[in-house]
Amino acid sequence: MNKNYVITSWGILRRGSVIVNDKIEPVQENNLNFADLIKSLFRKEQISYPKFFKMDNVSKLGFLCAELVLRDSRVAGRYSKEETGVVITNSASSLDTDHIYQETIRDKANYFPSPSVFVYTLPNIVIGEICIRHKLNGENAFLISESFDPALLKRQVDELLDHDRAAACLCGWVEVLKDRFEALLFLVEHAERMESDSEGAQSRKEFTVENLTEIYNKQG
Amino acid sequence: MEELIKKLKQEVIVQLNLEDISVDDIDADAPLFGEGLGLDSIDALELIVLLEKNYGIKIEDPKDGKKIFFSIRTMAEYITERQKA
Amino acid sequence: MKPVYIAEDHIITALGFSAEETITRIKENQTGFHVINDWSLTPSPVPLALVDSAELDEKFTKVLQSRFPEKTAGDYTRMEKMFILSIHEAVRGFGEDIFNERTLPVISTTKGNINLLEAETGRQFDPQRLFLWDMARVIMEFFGFKNKPLIVSNACISGVLALSVASRHLQNGAYDRAVVAGGDILSEFVISGFLSFQALSPEPCKPFDIARNGLSLGEGCGTIILTTDPSESTGIRIAGSASSNDANHISGPSRTGEELAFAIRNAVRESGITTRDLNFISAHGTATLYNDEMESKSLALVNCSEVPANSFKGYWGHTLGGAGILESALTIHTMKENMLFRSAGFSEIGVPEPVNVIREHKTAQVNNALKIASGFGGCNAAIIFRKD
Repeated sequence: MNKNYVITSWGILRRGSVIVNDKIEPVQENNLNFADLIKSLFRKEQISYPKFFKMDNVSKLGFLCAELVLRDSRVAGRYSKEETGVVITNSASSLDTDHIYQETIRDKANYFPSPSVFVYTLPNIVIGEICIRHKLNGENAFLISESFDPALLKRQVDELLDHDRAAACLCGWVEVLKDRFEALLFLVEHAERMESDSEGAQSRKEFTVENLTEIYNKQG
Repeated sequence: MEELIKKLKQEVIVQLNLEDISVDDIDADAPLFGEGLGLDSIDALELIVLLEKNYGIKIEDPKDGKKIFFSIRTMAEYITERQKA
Repeated sequence: MKPVYIAEDHIITALGFSAEETITRIKENQTGFHVINDWSLTPSPVPLALVDSAELDEKFTKVLQSRFPEKTAGDYTRMEKMFILSIHEAVRGFGEDIFNERTLPVISTTKGNINLLEAETGRQFDPQRLFLWDMARVIMEFFGFKNKPLIVSNACISGVLALSVASRHLQNGAYDRAVVAGGDILSEFVISGFLSFQALSPEPCKPFDIARNGLSLGEGCGTIILTTDPSESTGIRIAGSASSNDANHISGPSRTGEELAFAIRNAVRESGITTRDLNFISAHGTATLYNDEMESKSLALVNCSEVPANSFKGYWGHTLGGAGILESALTIHTMKENMLFRSAGFSEIGVPEPVNVIREHKTAQVNNALKIASGFGGCNAAIIFRKD
């Protein structure tokens, strides 16, 4: 196949800035803490998924960003479950949740390790949650980098698509630590297999390091 | 018993992060697992923590879990029984 | 696509500070478990496979003094000591060029320096060391690796995934060599978590056994060096690999095993062999009720029920981010020695589909081997090793 990969859908979730395919979504409640802000965004999107509330912060953020990016992409209709890969990165791993779990075991006199928190003390769980929601069974990997690294994403995703290990890949960065958060997800596809006529056609970009960086730098 | 049942419903909602569920939504006799609230294996483990944290009750044999956690009412009955002992 | 060879390996487990030491103890039917009753590590007594701390410190200090006489061992965390010692031993036979821009360093770990969350240990180090990239930086700087490391943190498949990703980068010529190191330490954080999951067995684990009742935790660190240079090859190569996701539950294994089967099929397809050619399987075999059940189903789906299989976890426990590297290293040694190692902890099969569990050490021609792993988050990975 021709090595022509396109970012066919993308989304940014930051405090004060929610942008999906160049459309800026208004966000009022910027002074809320992360937990309340993400809940209010979730409700605003009217997604019916009670399990959302059991997720840790990294998974909530990644889940919501994936929802926005995949909402109109019809990935399930155009690719088999095994053809879509997921590659997500961050800097803090699951430290946000690790601190919360450590609290449940810190005091020996009040010692109640929480299994529902412990299960989220791994950064790749967000990939699991996204895969469950969107029924994606393909290649997946969680990698750590000190900061958003577009070259790392490009190398990893190119590798999957070049060798037909995946035909489409959801990739990006999902970072939460205390009240600092940002998520960027990109749906990358072969030019030949993407939808020719779609609403988001304008905001599509060639899958390059420059374009990943340009999207990263967008402000709401 | 009804007091305990109401208290338990509140505690379960908090312990299991059942965000959009209110005390009135939970039927004390409905199965907690399978249908109803559709709780899963992690929720079952959290209920064990709830019993220990809020009532000081340690479950001797985890296999008893199915019976104890069948419904809010069976939980309340178990707690009452253990507290008498 | 370039072939990817195994050039070297080194492991640190509860059974010893080298593959040779570990294998000697395995041949003597020893395991690395001791029941630990130490409140700082575990709220209730459980069998754990710990790396000997005194020996680790002694060996690490020697390596440290030889390179950085001005530093002290106290500047490094327990996890960093294991990584540095293992990588040091693995790169011994290479020149300084092993650290150049043509080498891809890869680190695999689930929790890194997580013990720094404990008040006392945490006081001794900059909290930034909790970040996996900072832990990796310390390790990289020790050796002077030119390239930034790839850091894989993907639950229990991290090690196999790290080898998979590294081998792919070598295949397409981006690098000539990869130094792939993976490990995890035991900590109160991890042990208490698995206890809260009721996942730990009160005795040393029994993978695939009818009486199995949970996993046993261990710690360790291993390094495998990959190369595209046939003159550096030890005669074994990575022939194929793949990953997949169950998309079913974040902690419970798939009930059908089809997604792991899918990963196995893809790895096998890439490798140029068929499942009939496999001589050995290093299973994930955690000894939980559901994992081993699932694995038996996966193996049946890919017609591997007859292939001799074991779980190394019966010897040194579940080493999380280290498992894929440590168990792959022993798979490589299985192939080098043409020796199938007994699956420790096993006596009677107790899974729904047949698995040909190795009951005693025996010699056998092992030319093609499969290593599989599954983990929280519904992830699965498979890798094929082939003899040239």
